[in-house]
Amino acid sequence: MNPNFLDFEQPIAELEVKIEELQLVGSDNDINIGDEISKLREKSTRLTEKIYAGLSSWDIVKVARHPQRPYTMDYVPRVFTEFDELHGDRHFADDKAIVGGVARLEGKPVMVIGQEKGRNVQDKVARNFGMPKPEGYRKALRLMELAERYHMPVITLIDTPGAYPGIDSEERGISEAIAQNLAVMSRLRTPIISVVIGEGSSGGALGIGVGDHLAMLQYSTYFVISPEGCANIIWKTSEKAPDAAQAMGVTSSVLEELGIVDATIEEPLGGAHRDVDTMASRIQAHLVQEVERLQAISVDEMLEARYQRLLSYGN
Amino acid sequence: MGWYDKILPSGVRKQASERRSTVPEGLWKKCVKCEAVLYRPDLERNADVCPKCGHHMRIGARRRLDIFLDEEGREEVFDDVEPVDRLKFRDTKRYRDRLAAAQRNTGEKDALVAMRGTLHGMPVVVVAFDFSFHGGSMGYAVGEKFTRAAQLALEERMPMVCFSASGGARMQEALISLMQMAKTSAVLERLKLSSVPYISVMTDPIYGGVSASLALLGDINVAEPDARAGFAGPNVIEQTIRQKLPKGFQRSEFLLDHGAIDMIVHRNEMRDTLGRLLAKFTGRAATATAV
Repeated sequence: MNPNFLDFEQPIAELEVKIEELQLVGSDNDINIGDEISKLREKSTRLTEKIYAGLSSWDIVKVARHPQRPYTMDYVPRVFTEFDELHGDRHFADDKAIVGGVARLEGKPVMVIGQEKGRNVQDKVARNFGMPKPEGYRKALRLMELAERYHMPVITLIDTPGAYPGIDSEERGISEAIAQNLAVMSRLRTPIISVVIGEGSSGGALGIGVGDHLAMLQYSTYFVISPEGCANIIWKTSEKAPDAAQAMGVTSSVLEELGIVDATIEEPLGGAHRDVDTMASRIQAHLVQEVERLQAISVDEMLEARYQRLLSYGN
Repeated sequence: MGWYDKILPSGVRKQASERRSTVPEGLWKKCVKCEAVLYRPDLERNADVCPKCGHHMRIGARRRLDIFLDEEGREEVFDDVEPVDRLKFRDTKRYRDRLAAAQRNTGEKDALVAMRGTLHGMPVVVVAFDFSFHGGSMGYAVGEKFTRAAQLALEERMPMVCFSASGGARMQEALISLMQMAKTSAVLERLKLSSVPYISVMTDPIYGGVSASLALLGDINVAEPDARAGFAGPNVIEQTIRQKLPKGFQRSEFLLDHGAIDMIVHRNEMRDTLGRLLAKFTGRAATATAV
C-alpha cells in the first residue's frame, strides 16, 4: 500500500506507479510513449473523479485526517501576507496548538487564529498534535479582543482532534476557557469568519468557531464527538466508526442542509493536499468576499444577525 | 431465589414474589457512599442527603425545583419545547425510539425543566437538568428551553439559577447539540451585559459540552459537595495520559481549589445561600430567613 494514498485511493496509486514506470522507460528509450502516458494520466484523473464523487462520510474523515493534509501554517503564508505571530495568554503559557497573529488579507489588516497539528514528529509533540489546552483558548481570546479594539476582522482556521483531555487542562479550567470564548465571540464587535480546514472536533473546535460565517472545505469534517468515540459509546467498539460517521452527518453537505454551515469551499481534485496553492487561493477568495460583505453592514446589524443565527440552531 | 422457592410450582412462585412486593417499594434505601441503610422518609426530609455521611444523592429535576423554590406561585414555563430528530439518527436503535422510551420512563419531554417562581419572595427563573433523561445530555430541546428561560429572565430582569447534571452534548443530535453550547453561551452573555444575575449550580455529574458552556458561565459558580465536574471524562483522560488520576480529581473540592467555582453549598443550605447572594445583586434588603 502506498502511504501517500488512502485505502480507497489505492487504484489511483497503482495507476500513478504505472505512469512513473513509463516515464522512466521513456527517458531511457527513444520510443514515443508520450501518448500512452497522457492516456494513463487522463484515466487516473477520471478514476480520481469517480472515486471522489462517491466518498462515504468515513472516507471524508480519512481525507480530513490525511497525513499530508495542509494545516494552518501551510495556508497562512499562502492566504495572507506579513503574518506576525503573537504569543502567549499572559497568564500561564504559550500554547503552540493554537497559532495566532496579525496579518494582511489583500492588504487589509486581519487577526488570524488557527489550530495547528504540526508536520514532523518534533513539531507534532511541541504542538500537542493540535489539541489545545486552556492557555490556547485564552491566547485566542486575548487576540480576538485585541482585534476588536482595532476593528480587524478575525479569521479562524479550525483543525483539531479536540481540546486536550489531561490533568493540567482540567486543573487550569479547560471548560471555562472554552465557555468564555463562546460567550465573548457571540458579541465581539468585529467580523468573525471561521473555516474548518481539516478536523473540527467538538468543543475544542467550537472554542474558536463562533461567528458570522462558517465555511468548510469540501473534505473537512465537523462533529460533536469523534466517530470512534461515538462508536465506542453506542456499539462498544471503535470499529463501528464508519457507521457512526454516517449516522452523525459529519460532512459539509449534511451540515449545510442543517443550516449550521454557510458555505463549502471546493477542494482540488483528490483533496487539498494534491494542490495546496489552488486550495489556498480559493480560501483567500472566499475570505475576501465574506470580509467585504460583513464590512458593508453596520456592526450592530452584524451582531444582531450573528445572535439570531445562534438562537436559530436546531429550529 | 432461595431453595424453598425453587421447589414451588411456578404459579405459586409468582404469587410468592407478588406477596413480597406488597412490602412498600423502596421504603429503605442504601446510601451509595457509606452503605448505611436509610429510612426513606428520613432521607426525603433531608433533601436526599444521607443523614449518616452527608452524601448528596442524585435527584430529578422536579424534586430539585420543588425543594428550591418557595411553595407558592410556581409555574412551569416553556414545557411545549420538544426534542427534534433532525438527522433521523439511527444506531442499534432509532433515536426516536430512544427518546420515546426516555419520555415514558421519566414523564419528561426532555432533560431540562424550567420554572418561574420565587425564592424567599424574590422572583426567579430556575432551570434544572434531569440526569435520568438521556444522561441529562443537551440537544436542541435542552438548549432551546434554557435559552428561552434566560430570555424570560432578561426581559423581566429576574435572576436566573441553573442546576446542571449532564453527561454533555447529546451525540444523537450531532452538530445541532454542539451548537446549543454556542447558543446558551450567547444568551448568558446578554444577561451578563444587562446585569441580570445568573448563578450556576453544578450537581453530580457535569461533563463535556454542558461543562464547557452554561455550567461555567455563572456570575457565581456553585457546586454541591463531592460533585464530579470536568470537560473530559476520567476514563478518556486515563486512556490519554496512561496513568491513574489523583484522588478527588474533578470533584467540587478540586474545582474550588483550582479557582473554577466560588463556593461549595450543601443542599440543605442552597435556598438560603442563593437567596442571600441574589438579594445583594438585586438591591434587596437582608431578610430574616437569609442569615
